[in-house]
Amino acid sequence: MVNNITNFSRSGLSDWVLQRVSAVILAVYSVFMVGYLLLHPNLDYTTWSGLFENTAMRIFSLMAFISIAAHAWIGLWTVATDYMKPTALRFGFQVFVILALFIFLVWGVQVLWGA
Amino acid sequence: MSTMRSLTFDAIIIGGGGAGLRAGLELSQSGKKTAVLSKVFPTRSHTVSAQGGITCAIASADPNDDWRWHMYDTVKGGDYIADQDAAEYMCTEGPKAVFELEHMGLPFSRFDNGRIYQRPFGGQSKDFGKGGQAARTCAAADRTGHALLHTLYQANLKNGTVFLDEWYAIDLVKNANGDIVGVIALCIETGETVVVKSKATVLATGGAGRIYASTTNALINTGDGIGMALRAGLPVQDMEMWQFHPTGIHGAGVLVTEGCRGEGGYLVNKDGERFMERYAPNAKDLAGRDVVARSMVLEILEGRGCGENGDHVFLKLDHLGEEVLNKRLPGISELSKTFAHVDPTNAPIPVVPTCHYMMGGIATNVHGQAIAQNEDGSDRIVNGLYAVGEVACVSVHGANRLGGNSLLDLVVFGRAAGKYIESALNEGVEYLEPTQSDIDAALVRLNRWNESESGESVPELKRELQQIMQNSFGVFRQEDKMEEGVKQLSDLRERIAKAGLSDKSQVFNTARIEALELDNLMEVAEATAIAALTRKESRGAHSRYDFPDRDDENWLKHSLFFPNEKRVGKRDVNFAPKTVERFEPKIRTY
Amino acid sequence: MLQVSIYRYNPETDTAPYMQEFQVDTQGRDLMVLNVMEMLKEQDSSLAYRRSCREGVCGSDGMNMNGKNGLTCVTALSEVVKDNKLVLRPLPGLPVVRDLVVDMSIFYKQYERIQPYLLNDTPAPAIERLQSPEDRDKLDGLYECILCACCSTACPSFWWNPDKFVGPSGLLQAYRFLADSRDTATKERLSELDDPFAVFRCRGIMNCVAVCPKGLNPTRAIGKIRELLLANAT
Repeated sequence: MVNNITNFSRSGLSDWVLQRVSAVILAVYSVFMVGYLLLHPNLDYTTWSGLFENTAMRIFSLMAFISIAAHAWIGLWTVATDYMKPTALRFGFQVFVILALFIFLVWGVQVLWGA
Repeated sequence: MSTMRSLTFDAIIIGGGGAGLRAGLELSQSGKKTAVLSKVFPTRSHTVSAQGGITCAIASADPNDDWRWHMYDTVKGGDYIADQDAAEYMCTEGPKAVFELEHMGLPFSRFDNGRIYQRPFGGQSKDFGKGGQAARTCAAADRTGHALLHTLYQANLKNGTVFLDEWYAIDLVKNANGDIVGVIALCIETGETVVVKSKATVLATGGAGRIYASTTNALINTGDGIGMALRAGLPVQDMEMWQFHPTGIHGAGVLVTEGCRGEGGYLVNKDGERFMERYAPNAKDLAGRDVVARSMVLEILEGRGCGENGDHVFLKLDHLGEEVLNKRLPGISELSKTFAHVDPTNAPIPVVPTCHYMMGGIATNVHGQAIAQNEDGSDRIVNGLYAVGEVACVSVHGANRLGGNSLLDLVVFGRAAGKYIESALNEGVEYLEPTQSDIDAALVRLNRWNESESGESVPELKRELQQIMQNSFGVFRQEDKMEEGVKQLSDLRERIAKAGLSDKSQVFNTARIEALELDNLMEVAEATAIAALTRKESRGAHSRYDFPDRDDENWLKHSLFFPNEKRVGKRDVNFAPKTVERFEPKIRTY
Repeated sequence: MLQVSIYRYNPETDTAPYMQEFQVDTQGRDLMVLNVMEMLKEQDSSLAYRRSCREGVCGSDGMNMNGKNGLTCVTALSEVVKDNKLVLRPLPGLPVVRDLVVDMSIFYKQYERIQPYLLNDTPAPAIERLQSPEDRDKLDGLYECILCACCSTACPSFWWNPDKFVGPSGLLQAYRFLADSRDTATKERLSELDDPFAVFRCRGIMNCVAVCPKGLNPTRAIGKIRELLLANAT
């Protein structure tokens, strides 16, 4: 059993399941977005922000943002542990990614509810 | 050499095949500090190539099967020079040993009722030869040896056996009293030479099929244990008895299991005739291996061989159907496609008798203790030395081994030696410590090679040796050819003594290992040749044109080759089983 | 004449590995790669490689031949040689001891780590443990592994984390015991595999399947382990 303190859930299985569940959410969200854009060829600001005033849409979007954060974290953590052998480099990269993802997430929440 | 490191174990086992690992397991389980020293990683040992199975009366295929029938077959198969106390021990202890393997996890094939699958093999009968063909060989598809070897290795890992992988044993260390007290060994990876001291040195080094040009044996089967014993001045028994397996793939020498014929395959000559019906009307293709091999050679010599040169026969399997081949003989299909370019589902495999197994070896009792002879011809136990498996001659195989009995031999006598050593160590044994000169004596030949300047090359000498053995000591033998062979070998020995090793490096020097192996091949070949020349009769695998009959009056005996005088003596065969009536020698027909 | 290019390195004399060129006269025969190496060893006895059974069952002679891992003894020249050229290198990703011999310790360590032996805490019966032919069939395609390391040394995930990722060979064996109806330690075995590396570093690249000389499928076995882990944890 290899323990590792910086991975997402401390369990390979949860990471693996999360990565797959988040991928499905992101896929559905992407399909929805592309479909929506195709159905609204002359999209204007009012329609667009109207879409995001709907609570269901906000929840859906937030779910997608969280999924991106989790998915990216698990993926980049894997990349870091595969390719970055010096500890300082790997740990630095991991801290940077965590901070970036956290900032993007909070920023996303602010965009969704703050407007 | 005064700085040479020494290692000490309760027991040192030389060889990591089936017998060595079984002995190692027994000793590790008993808490003895045990090391298995092997020149290859243990699962690369030749046991891995055994295919058909392990013969044992576990009463699965036939609930009425009886170990006595198995014992009868074994003694008859060995042409009556198998020791009957040993055959009895093997056949009674066998079921326990096989069930233990199953409990360790060996993935045996199964019958519908969940019991171990058993298939018919050559020389097997019910009711002491009167009840027809038996099916007594327990199998894991056609990969039984692989399954067995891996299972035993795994069990040793579980029990904490120490492994000295890729170490090569050079020579036995003998103290002033003639007891064996350890071995000189070379770590192949680093080139370091150490003395391994132990109160029990177990030779489990396997066979020496590489003395022949054409053999089913792995490249590592160079008779290292026989060589070490002979150089220590100990005699070896029945070395003229070499089994030629009927079905080696023509050209490549790779083995095709007897299980093919057990599952219903048969041999045909160029006319498509199932010729074994002529030679063995009852058992046909499942007669003893020596009988089948001779019949094949006769077919070839009489012009009924197959192929452009008429130098092989065909093994027909296509009538068995794809399902049987895939389920019961998957490995054979693979080997046949690779080495004969033949798919057995639609074409026969070209096969030819090929050197397969050394029935002879270091004489031992059922506890694996090595036996030499006193002046008066009585047995003398060699203190500290044990031998198990193919290198040993217990003798359960006599003049011809039955298929499936070798794997049983490995596990039964590996286990028996382990048990005996455990009790001997518990009772306490003390041998004289080896002196520096005892150790130096065991280093002589390593030093010889290391200091050799130039000379003939090892591969060339090896090729010549193999050719001599192939030409003069094959399936059929005769006086003049053998005399010539003995002379050629004696010349070759002198040339090998002057041969050169050009690579003197330390790290993973395989050239040095091959040179050391050549010494052992030479010892085995010479013992074989002189013993074969001396046994003036035909018995089991030893078949002479000039003495075509069995001579029970003079040769119902083991031969014993003494290396110092290069003399062949005789040793009594055991006819005193403990729980059954002895089997009297009879004319051997199938 | 076949052009053979071989990776050479002897730590006692060489500061760095190099490729040595040989010419071999095969007389037009479709030899196995091992036969060619034996011919070369007669030319240059210092060439080091492992070999034993010469029939593809012992797993000694795993090597990289023209870029692909395999056993030299069962690989015919016609299968690998391109433009009359054969390049032989040691198995990738493991430390080289000498020439074509690699140090396999870490590979064996991963094998030992999965407890490669049957664990059964019930008392053994006087005869064999019974197993139905159907249950036995589940071991086919698993127990045949010969530990040649062709798969694990073709696996990028094993290259990057050989100390933490069990690798395809070890995982195939892990599943061999999980799948055995006679083994009672499924839970303990699974709990040892549920970290982010042991099993889950497999990215499904399937190099293992492409190179296995015994035609086994470690990727499928890894998938089965994941299913068991999931079933066990939900």
